Amino acid sequence: MSGIERILEGQMLDENVLLELPEFCACLRVEPGWVGELVAAGVIEPHGPSPDAWSFPASALARARVTVRLVEDLGVNLAGAAVILDLIEHRRELERRLSLLEQMLEG
Amino acid sequence: MRYKDYYKVMGVSRDASQEDVKRAYRKLARKYHPDVSKEPDAEEKFKELQEAHEVLKDPEKRAAYDQLGADWRSGQDFRPPPDWGKGFEFSRSRSGAAAGEFSDFFSELFGEHSPFGSPRGAGRGGQRFTTPGQDHVARVEVDLEDAYRGGQRSIELRSPETTPDGHVVLKPRTLRVSIPPGVTEGQQIRLAGQGSPGFGGGPPGDLFLEVSFRRHPLFEAEGRNITMTLPVAPWEAALGETVSVPTLGGPVDMKLPAGARAGQKLRLRGRGLPGPTPGDQYVLLKIVLPPDSPRSRQIFEQMKREVPFDPRADLRR
Repeated sequence: MSGIERILEGQMLDENVLLELPEFCACLRVEPGWVGELVAAGVIEPHGPSPDAWSFPASALARARVTVRLVEDLGVNLAGAAVILDLIEHRRELERRLSLLEQMLEG
Repeated sequence: MRYKDYYKVMGVSRDASQEDVKRAYRKLARKYHPDVSKEPDAEEKFKELQEAHEVLKDPEKRAAYDQLGADWRSGQDFRPPPDWGKGFEFSRSRSGAAAGEFSDFFSELFGEHSPFGSPRGAGRGGQRFTTPGQDHVARVEVDLEDAYRGGQRSIELRSPETTPDGHVVLKPRTLRVSIPPGVTEGQQIRLAGQGSPGFGGGPPGDLFLEVSFRRHPLFEAEGRNITMTLPVAPWEAALGETVSVPTLGGPVDMKLPAGARAGQKLRLRGRGLPGPTPGDQYVLLKIVLPPDSPRSRQIFEQMKREVPFDPRADLRR
């Protein structure tokens, strides 16, 4: 089909990929100070003792990105976004368990 | 292009105050934010809302939009007036991350290449400026089978492009992307250079794919672990039979422990999603009775007579 390009292989950003602070910031398009605030709020946890030695598992990108979106889109502050993030994950876990329980009860 | 009624999108009247606009945005954003919402078309609705808000929250853009007149209807065929943008003192506002994905109506009137999008001072004094292209984030729904084996997905993106006559059109492009085996829910895949093109020779942005799993009739995924409910006959559970269990890699045999209980969780090590440490599959047992028949009834009658069992003994303690 025209318009379809070749098949693209991306970089899988899982917990085995460690991103150093500058690259982590570049992925999120935010300043290092912002990432420091995410760390202080307990949204993501760095490897390394001090900001200049920080690196992050790439899996932290997803949490960080949702937080950035919640702050930018909903106008909540970081602490509020962190609570929403925890509640979203809690809801996902409950949905999973509910779905399994429903399967247990069906039929 | 089609006219967009931003007031209708935000559910406010044309004379709404900036405070009303803000309040309407907050309320609808909570309802449709794709990270929070359970509405089926949340993503599309939220994008429309962001676009409308981008214009109505900014007094300059709103005034210019209002000058188009109140007689346009949503979806009506629209061409921007030739003197569009004249008479306004523009200050460039930072557009939200999604601005690159707004409609062609927005891109033409308020986008990066419109009078509203040019940075202050750009093009004056011969100064060149370069900006990197915007990153895009696209969600991809992946079947668990594809997460297990790897697969391919087509992704539709729209990037604003300036035509020779100076108009902005959103040009759709389709990317075929390989989904590597072992992706997990929420994981990101980076496609370097596949975001929006840069401006003034700046590098293109990246495309980040956010993986979510399509609901599977049998399996629930948590990280790389998979859980499923397995129906077993009472005698299979009681006697500890070997039963066939579906897994993402195909059926495997599992020996039940004798006297297995309903709700008991058994583990098939390494049968979850692949990875450096492959996930496990957990099997929750569900005991189902055989359909009613004279023979099964006869056997239950016999058990009733011969097996001393009070399932409610604990309730009376």
